[in-house]
Amino acid sequence: MSLTKDDVRKIAFLARIRVPEERLEPMAGELNNIVGWVEQLAEVNTDGVEPMTSVVETETPLRADVITQRAISDKILANAPDGEGSFFAVPKVVE
Amino acid sequence: MTYLIQGETGDWEVVVGLEVHAQAITNSKLFSGAPTTFGAEPNQNVALVDAAMPGMLPVINEIAIEQAVRTGLGLRAVINRTSVFERKNYFYADLPQGYQISQFLHPIVGEGTVTVDLADGTSRDIGVERLHLEQDAGKSMHDQDPTRTMIDLNRAGVVLMEIVSKPDIRTPEEAGAYVKKMRAIIRYLGTCDGNMEEGSMRADVNVSVRPVGETELRTRVEVKNVNSVRFVMQAIEIEAARQVDVWEEGGEVVQETRLFDAHKGETRPMRTKEFAHDYRYFPDPDLLPIRLEEDFIEKIRASLPELPDDKKARFISELGLSAYDAGVLVADRDTAAYFEEAAKGHDAKQVANWLTTNLFGALNKLDLEIGASPISATHLGELVGLIEDDTISSRIAKDVFEEMLATSKSPEAIVEDKGLKQITDTRAIEAIVDQVIADSPDQIADVQGGNEKGIGWFVGQVMKASQGKANPGQVNGLLRKKLLG
Repeated sequence: MSLTKDDVRKIAFLARIRVPEERLEPMAGELNNIVGWVEQLAEVNTDGVEPMTSVVETETPLRADVITQRAISDKILANAPDGEGSFFAVPKVVE
Repeated sequence: MTYLIQGETGDWEVVVGLEVHAQAITNSKLFSGAPTTFGAEPNQNVALVDAAMPGMLPVINEIAIEQAVRTGLGLRAVINRTSVFERKNYFYADLPQGYQISQFLHPIVGEGTVTVDLADGTSRDIGVERLHLEQDAGKSMHDQDPTRTMIDLNRAGVVLMEIVSKPDIRTPEEAGAYVKKMRAIIRYLGTCDGNMEEGSMRADVNVSVRPVGETELRTRVEVKNVNSVRFVMQAIEIEAARQVDVWEEGGEVVQETRLFDAHKGETRPMRTKEFAHDYRYFPDPDLLPIRLEEDFIEKIRASLPELPDDKKARFISELGLSAYDAGVLVADRDTAAYFEEAAKGHDAKQVANWLTTNLFGALNKLDLEIGASPISATHLGELVGLIEDDTISSRIAKDVFEEMLATSKSPEAIVEDKGLKQITDTRAIEAIVDQVIADSPDQIADVQGGNEKGIGWFVGQVMKASQGKANPGQVNGLLRKKLLG
């Protein structure tokens, strides 16, 4: 697998990270190095081995279905750049 | 029943799959302890996790898991002992995390079946592909301000079950019947309230068309957020017709998401999000896979209520109802419960009749749900009882019914107060019959001259003279004896 300049542009857009045009080419090179390194792992035979989902062997903790959080909208909204009443306000999203 | 679209080049078949989003009934959200109540003030039902504050970690709500399993069992589906939450990555203002926690490769529920009942009395099985759990997004309001969008995160993190059908549906009617049956099943199970107006159940409709005889599926279009059974059916009709036109004009249907506009009767493309379908799913590192024990699943299975299909079969086999009546009665859990209560100890067919014709009509006019019926189930049963034991005639019963509707009184009390008891005393009836005969020499000549149908006129007169209280059977018998010998 090899990433092109266009792939990097697309990934950057999907992640909402601004990457200047002149950085795309070098970044493709850097990413390809990383991908190439990871691809070495594919050489290991993992037939019949379950994917590891956690480094600790533990049960999934579950929560009882009770309300533990009462209204804290003042805290929730405290750091919002803009708001109106108890709404968040964001630049218009055109539908 | 087939549904074909006649095009210029021949007949086209419609292929439909449905994604139903059903909000699971829980007190708190999927990953936080914030409440799920509908209609709260904006951002009142929001925990730090729901607002995606840095460092906050999701913890799974055990009842959400239980509700998904219960729904899966109700859909006669495979329950997957291991399932995995993944992140579906996209940016939108009402999704503070920047990803939706959903299930992708390993959903909690696998393949199942929904049997849909059609208007012609037949049934068809529609396959369910999967059911997975996911968190809902918040709500965006675009019309409050000219330059800004208002965001309310109350719904963010609420438990959704997305139920995906196989592309087995071939007509708008089947699609409507599927949504109705799905709603009935989840309401019976108590896993979702099925309220489409409040948005706790909504559907995305996948539509494609192909010439009759073609076996490959053509490109499908997803019509989003259709919020009533009627709109589901309309959206399919309109979208399928549009696609037939596109193909026949030599064009190509493109895979896209469209919005249904019931007002204009059209579907139109949603704002084309660039790379919209590149969600880059990966297992959520904050959540371990869910592993279900066999006895957990079996305990839920043992607690399932009788579901609509089983109830319908029982109403037909044990109570002797027609398939149609049984279908109507089981479609809604409250209606079925009302019917069973009313039919206790009474003729089930009669009760079904009174319920589906008289009471449904009356409730419709009053715009009431069956739960708010002025006539209780016990009273409706008693009314049928009064007809059964000849205390009143079915004609008088209609008047009593109206009175019950207006006053909520018991039928016995109304019959007693108004003196509506049927006259079954032969001598009393005979006296009225004799009087009518004495008053009507012309009509007697008519009947005795060979017009037996004229008897009906006499029955009418006697019933009128007795204010409807004479037993019509007895009246008929007496008249025949006296006039025809």
